[in-house]
Amino acid sequence: MAFSIKVNGRQRTVEAEADTPLLWVLRDELNMKGAKFGCGATFCGACTVHLDGAPVRSCSIPISGVGARAVTTIEGIGASEVGKRVQEAWMEVDVMQCGYCQAGQIMSATALLTRTPKPTEAQITQAMNGNLCRCATYARIRAAIRKAAGLPAEAAGV
Amino acid sequence: MQALQRSAHRLSRRGFLSASLAVGGGLLLDASFTLPADAQGGQVMPPLQVGAYVKIAPDGAVTITAKNTECGQGIKTMLPMLIAEELDVAWEDVRVVQADLNTDLYFAQRAGGSTATPMNWLPMRQVGAAGRAMLITAAAGTWLVPEAECTTAASQVRHMPTGRVLTYGQLAEKAATVAAPRPETMRLKDPSTFRIIGKPIRNVDSAAVVTGQPIFGIDVEVPGMKYAVFHKCPVFAGACKSANLDEIKRLPGVRDAFILEGGKDFGSLVSGVAIIGDSWWQANRARRFLKVEWDEGATGAMSSEGFARQTTALAAGAPQHSLRKDGDANAALAGAARLVEATYSYPFIAHAPLEPQNTTAAWKDGKVEIWAPTQNPEPGRQRVAQTLGVALGDITVHLMRCGGGFGRRLSNDYMVEAAAVARRAGMPVKLLWTREDDMQHDFYRPGGAHVLKAGLDTSGKLVAWKNHFISYGANGQFAAAADLGVNEFPARLISNFDVGYSLIPFGMPTGPLRAPRSNALAFAFQSFIDEVATTSRQDPLAFQLSILGDPKLYGEVGRGGFDTGRMRGVLTAVAQRAGWGQRRLPARTGMGIAQWFSHQGYFAAVVEVSVDDDGKVTPLKVWAVGDVGSQIINPSGAVHQVQGAVLDGLAQALGQAITFENGRTKQTNFGNFPLMRMADAPPVDVHFLITDNPPTGLGEPALPPIPPALCNAVFAATGKRIRSLPIDPAILKG
Ligand code: FES
Ligand code: FES
Repeated sequence: MAFSIKVNGRQRTVEAEADTPLLWVLRDELNMKGAKFGCGATFCGACTVHLDGAPVRSCSIPISGVGARAVTTIEGIGASEVGKRVQEAWMEVDVMQCGYCQAGQIMSATALLTRTPKPTEAQITQAMNGNLCRCATYARIRAAIRKAAGLPAEAAGV
Repeated sequence: MQALQRSAHRLSRRGFLSASLAVGGGLLLDASFTLPADAQGGQVMPPLQVGAYVKIAPDGAVTITAKNTECGQGIKTMLPMLIAEELDVAWEDVRVVQADLNTDLYFAQRAGGSTATPMNWLPMRQVGAAGRAMLITAAAGTWLVPEAECTTAASQVRHMPTGRVLTYGQLAEKAATVAAPRPETMRLKDPSTFRIIGKPIRNVDSAAVVTGQPIFGIDVEVPGMKYAVFHKCPVFAGACKSANLDEIKRLPGVRDAFILEGGKDFGSLVSGVAIIGDSWWQANRARRFLKVEWDEGATGAMSSEGFARQTTALAAGAPQHSLRKDGDANAALAGAARLVEATYSYPFIAHAPLEPQNTTAAWKDGKVEIWAPTQNPEPGRQRVAQTLGVALGDITVHLMRCGGGFGRRLSNDYMVEAAAVARRAGMPVKLLWTREDDMQHDFYRPGGAHVLKAGLDTSGKLVAWKNHFISYGANGQFAAAADLGVNEFPARLISNFDVGYSLIPFGMPTGPLRAPRSNALAFAFQSFIDEVATTSRQDPLAFQLSILGDPKLYGEVGRGGFDTGRMRGVLTAVAQRAGWGQRRLPARTGMGIAQWFSHQGYFAAVVEVSVDDDGKVTPLKVWAVGDVGSQIINPSGAVHQVQGAVLDGLAQALGQAITFENGRTKQTNFGNFPLMRMADAPPVDVHFLITDNPPTGLGEPALPPIPPALCNAVFAATGKRIRSLPIDPAILKG
């Protein structure tokens, strides 16, 4: 079946079966490898993208369920002012270890800061708790979010 | 300390450097070193070689190849820092490119055992220093001045008396004609003048990662590529007898399906069904319709319950084998003023790197090109060669960034699978496992149990130690990573010491997990030591120090030697930072302390926890202090490794266990094998003691003290001793 979806501002037509998860359409049909596969079952958040600005687990959303909602991926997140700031903060704080989870982390963090520009610690935890980092870079994820939000740097562990 | 330094430097290294004109102009440095045989943790390692490759282009760009594979330990950033420091380039001029597997150029390219730092600390700097010397020679020759009047900084040579300057880019071609010096004769910088080493340097792949560039193994695309899954028997080493292949081949998007026979060696190819699809989703979805008749083999009768029964039976008897005997432990225990006995056990656990296993393979004219996220590429290449009957020289391996390793990717089973599947399919194939495949076909951290007895004299001093270790293996041979070193703590420190072991026959794959052996042994021994201390009403810290005794070096630095003085140092420092014994804590809140020496690193940790009335354990804060020698090379990466290892250790103790039923792994995904999440991650205070010892690695040694420090804290909070992992909240109810 042909589906027309809007990805990072561009209308794209893809040929896929209706139950194909958005993640695999992005990765294997559109060759956008930024969103990652970690669990395939909503546990890890490595596959996080935005639908109309809201973070979703693309491994568990069928292509047929995307509809007219705008898909934003890590490849396009730098086009938004908040996304760009988050990416920069991620580099300044040197968040990554293996880096595999970080695309998903950045997508969740950008969604949070777009909605809640000055989050509390509890709001950060709540927004990020679905994103696993096997390397456990949580202290720096928190620090980078604070930095991107212009909040005073806490003990960032750096 | 002087004596230690001398013995470390006695390990001679012979180096060879060749310099040439680079393609496109500039200077190309190609160095190789032979390092002597080394011993670690009782295991003797063969002589090793390391290589380095550096290019300085006419435009001043300095390209350093990162030879080791990167799996999150930061080596791709750290090794180039060593070269750049002594070459005296501006870090902004440095480009780091990942090398392919090439043992002729680079020799050891593995990521494991926290070995990269000790192996490369001197050679990489010597390469940089030799390059710098050649650039100075080239500049002095240009200006016709003595070399001694020239100095360098930030990719430039400067003639001090006149202030004239030439950039490395301008000098590169001329330097390529200078005779290359022997690297080991180079004078290295005084550490106080370091400009790159010791500074927090950002991970070189940061920009690619935050913009979602395709740099991981899973991201590889090659022309004409199809996607594959490989469905193995859920029972380890089970063989595929038949499958409904025709039905599978008719499913949408499925190109092909076939059985590969395979053998019994978990590290190579085992039997399974390959499905090739136009997309990975289609190939994997076809598995839902797959019907396979398996020959489950002997392992189908094995289960965790059976292992537990055998453990109990073995624990009641005498050890099957003796490992070490000093003095007379039986007599000392019989005559002890106080005897403490307890059995500690721990489960199998999985590695679960976040990127599932994958490899892309493309065959052409009997040769194969492989793109793999592996920690250990050369053994992988050898396995491919042996299993598929290909010459080593016909196998090219590209080292892809690994989405985590933790020891899992020291085994290359997925690489062999991909090569075999692609050859049979007759097309380039990307093989990708699911999370369930990864969880159920791991090389698990082995479980085990220790029946421990300690005897104290009237002054409360530990005078006897007896351990019956129940592990896995056969014929006196431990399964992989299921062993115990003869010198493992507290060996050598207790005069009456007796360790023996018994083995349970076993059919599952095991292997090293971050800080192998130590990640389990530390829990058993450091918890028991805390138990002995609290039972005899001694302060756990004071008791730990009394076991270590006066500062003394057992064995040789760099060769598995254990320095009690360094361990005393980290214990004392961590206690001080945590306010050990200084703070009044609320009810059901407590602090625990533990230490461990592994991979040449000395670590001690204090964990503070609270335990609620339902028995839920919440770590509130962790303090970790490490001594890994005279220099922290990249403080940003170093703190990161320690924080990661600490949270990893907490997650293991709080909830991770792999269990087997009918020869199958029961756990499937992160829903029943929990990793640490942000909400559960306490702050981790990291501190390094700088001592006059050669720098050593950090990927692993911070982990082992964490599970025991956590459990000792639970005891302090509740009075309940955790003798089995993971922690069972039911026994901690208020
Ligand atoms: S891959 Fe989608 S949540 Fe893990
Ligand atoms: S950085 Fe490795 S999983 Fe997060």
